[in-house]
Amino acid sequence: MNILYDERLDGELPANDKQQVLTRLQEAVQGLTLLHREEDLRPFECDGLSAYRVLPMLVALPDTLDQVERLMRTCHDMGVPVVTRGAGTGLSGGALPLEQGVLLVMSRFKQILEIDPEARIARVQPGVRNLAISEAAAPYGLYYAPDPSSQIACSIGGNVAENAGGVHCLKYGLTVHNILKIEVITIEGERMTLGSDALDSPGFDLLALFTGSEGMLGIVTEVTVKLLPNPENAKVLMASFDDVEKAGKAVGDIIAAGIIPGGLEMMDKLAIQAAEDFVHAGYPVEAEAILLCELDGVEADVDDDCDTVRRILETAGAIDISLARDDAERARFWAGRKNAFPAVGRMSPDYYCMDGTIPRRELPRVLNGIAALSKESGLPVANVFHAGDGNMHPLVLFDANQPGELELAEEVGGKILELCVEAGGSITGEHGVGREKINQMCTQFQPDEITVFHAVKAAFDERRLLNPGKNIPTLQRCAEFGAMHVHNNELPHPDLPRF
Amino acid sequence: MAQHDQDMAEALCEQVRQADMDKTPLKIVGGDTKAFYGRPVQGHPLSIREHRGISHYDPVELIVSVRTGTPVTELEAALDAEGQMLAFEPPHFGNAATVGGMIATGLSGPRRPWAGSVRDFVLGSRVITHDGKHLRFGGEVIKNVAGYDLSRLMAGAQGTLGVLTEVSLKVLPKPTAVHSLSLAIPLTSALERLADWGRQPLPITAATYHDGSLHLRLEGGANSVAAARERLGGDTLDNTFWTDLREHRLAFFSSADDRPLWRLSLPNNTPALELENGDDTAVIYDWGGAQRWLRTRLATDTLRNAASSAGGHATCYTPGDCDPFMPLAPTVAKYHRHLKATLDPNGIFNPGRLYAEV
Ligand SMILES: Cc1cc2nc3c(=O)[nH]c(=O)nc-3n(C[C@H](O)[C@H](O)[C@H](O)COP(=O)(O)OP(=O)(O)OC[C@H]3O[C@@H](n4cnc5c(N)ncnc54)[C@H](O)[C@@H]3O)c2cc1C
Repeated sequence: MNILYDERLDGELPANDKQQVLTRLQEAVQGLTLLHREEDLRPFECDGLSAYRVLPMLVALPDTLDQVERLMRTCHDMGVPVVTRGAGTGLSGGALPLEQGVLLVMSRFKQILEIDPEARIARVQPGVRNLAISEAAAPYGLYYAPDPSSQIACSIGGNVAENAGGVHCLKYGLTVHNILKIEVITIEGERMTLGSDALDSPGFDLLALFTGSEGMLGIVTEVTVKLLPNPENAKVLMASFDDVEKAGKAVGDIIAAGIIPGGLEMMDKLAIQAAEDFVHAGYPVEAEAILLCELDGVEADVDDDCDTVRRILETAGAIDISLARDDAERARFWAGRKNAFPAVGRMSPDYYCMDGTIPRRELPRVLNGIAALSKESGLPVANVFHAGDGNMHPLVLFDANQPGELELAEEVGGKILELCVEAGGSITGEHGVGREKINQMCTQFQPDEITVFHAVKAAFDERRLLNPGKNIPTLQRCAEFGAMHVHNNELPHPDLPRF
Repeated sequence: MAQHDQDMAEALCEQVRQADMDKTPLKIVGGDTKAFYGRPVQGHPLSIREHRGISHYDPVELIVSVRTGTPVTELEAALDAEGQMLAFEPPHFGNAATVGGMIATGLSGPRRPWAGSVRDFVLGSRVITHDGKHLRFGGEVIKNVAGYDLSRLMAGAQGTLGVLTEVSLKVLPKPTAVHSLSLAIPLTSALERLADWGRQPLPITAATYHDGSLHLRLEGGANSVAAARERLGGDTLDNTFWTDLREHRLAFFSSADDRPLWRLSLPNNTPALELENGDDTAVIYDWGGAQRWLRTRLATDTLRNAASSAGGHATCYTPGDCDPFMPLAPTVAKYHRHLKATLDPNGIFNPGRLYAEV
């Protein structure tokens, strides 16, 4: 089922005349950069999910919050849908434009407004890159903990909208755990502050509700993040296994021993080979799986934990365990993992990145299921896994130039997500639903639950003008998706002959 | 399965459905230990206490799912048996405290600035909606961004948006070593040192200034705790101090003191406020200074204005003296009303507990 906006399934969109909208916005918003020619719109036609492209009606690139406010008010008045975009690295099509909508690009809001080392906070504009915050905090011995692999490019506004994670979130939390306050402009152009510089605020936790809401409830215009002191010491162990299942079990054993590693990542053979080929991290290319386990804290504790983890890995059947000798080697071990996506990208013309989460105990079963799907479809799948918190990133390799392969890859991807839901997990751990997983939402949630999500949306954006069609499917879409599914799997009575 | 475990969800749904049809408000009650924390609710009591039991606990996954009528003590005992804990150290304020009340009030104990708050550990929930449907949001996985985060929205919403029947929480291993100490130093140098230490990787997990001393708790691996203990010195403090503080059992909180009790939540590097020095005002600085308990007769507006100009807010803990929660900014209040109207159109869930309009 196609994921591009389909008015029949996703709801009617207001039809506005492009020239009229352009003129109104030019009049109403002084000095606003508005792109409207096809060649100028082209660079904005997709985000990180590049298989799907739509030219927006207009692209707005505001420089001031005043412009954002006026833009929102005018669009609201005219009934023009608005899609917000940060850095456009999102992998689920959350910033995919709408033909009938304005794409609001927040990338010019790049200022770090304040670093307060005493209060251990940074106040930044939404277009600031994730890594730029840690770089600015480094002179004070502080850093911003969530570190998505895309951190050199993705924006903090996009991180808030997706509740982004990284390789250190088992111990240090996701975006939602590391922000104190956001400034928001609503679809009606009102400004509000959610959260505060204190650790809590009166009323509903709208800060938590907005985090991960995929630009559906408001525009994030400023973010105050917490900064943490750099750990005194960090060590990384790399263990290789001749069997993925053994590696999976070792993960559980480490946590059962009462150790919460700073990072605990797993890669399978194909991913190891791709990464090694790309960044020469020193990975054992013969291994079926490797585990990277980072232990951080005060040196003496780290040493103790390293010994414990080493023993656990040995008992779990690791065939080789190596400890990064210095910071350079530690960085190299991580470089392989952090570049796993582009590395796999070099092996195959295209790849499709999934983001399901599962209870860790289900890992062997789900990996077997993925292997079976790969075999059946003939598409190789590389597995990269935030093992500590059960977040899998199976990468389905395909060639979009071969007719039918994209559809096949999506089908395999969809089935992998359903496998995750069946195992008690979720269709997305950190990349978001966007447009990409809009159909799988119907697998994870009942119609009644989806109805509650629509109620939340209606409380902030009754007319459905902010990022319509993303994140939450309509009940019509789910009904159709359900019907198709039943058909494909020939349920509910597969054994009965059908005519 | 513990002796009292039972699933009462069906019956609770039926009661809610009826109330919604009749448009009769419900007053949702767990252990009734935190009634003081909020405005009085007029409504037909809906007791969650019978709906109890741990439905799923997997120590290796670091996740527990528990029905909301379960006593907090029972949950903590089960975790303790596996060497794990609720890292946010929830105050009980009485033996009857239930998990539902713990989540709905969203209160956290001394470890909060270092470990996170209740909502930080909420992963999923089951909720009865106004029309009596029993729904599930989030789940038993640590990362999950599918759909809006209804579970975290429910934490701290005081039952005004739905009836929580079950929650899934992230749990953590208990630290291997603990040591508490007191340093007899003036307040200003205590606050300065805390700011300084905050930028260093020290294993501090509680910091409170009380009665002329800075009380600290160190938790972590044996080595780091020993090293920090050596470095910081001071007198050994009994670890029970933190429980007494959390449960408001210190003399400071005694009901014999007839001055109202206030809680100020402030940015963590806020210096001592002028009003804290008043003759008739006593203060405990908890959370490294970010949470302050005041016994004071100062006017509500004085306290609220001082807290908000410092970037925080003030909550009244003495029922009847004033509205407990600081009023919201107009736009934020508007969206509170909208959310209440879309999730609880007939206004049946704890109406008025948080604010008159929700
Ligand atoms: C190679 C690669 C690796 C990645 N690794 C990770 C990873 O490890 N962990 C992880 O979590 N993600 C990862 N991602 C995904 C992506 O980087 C994150 O989702 C990131 O948070 C998106 O930020 P962005 O600025 O690019 O947002 P965009 O892609 O521009 O937008 C994403 C969503 O946020 C909304 N949005 C953006 N800005 C705002 C705003 N100011 N206000 C309101 N809504 C807004 C958009 O409408 C859209 O729905 C990876 C992506 C790539 C390409």
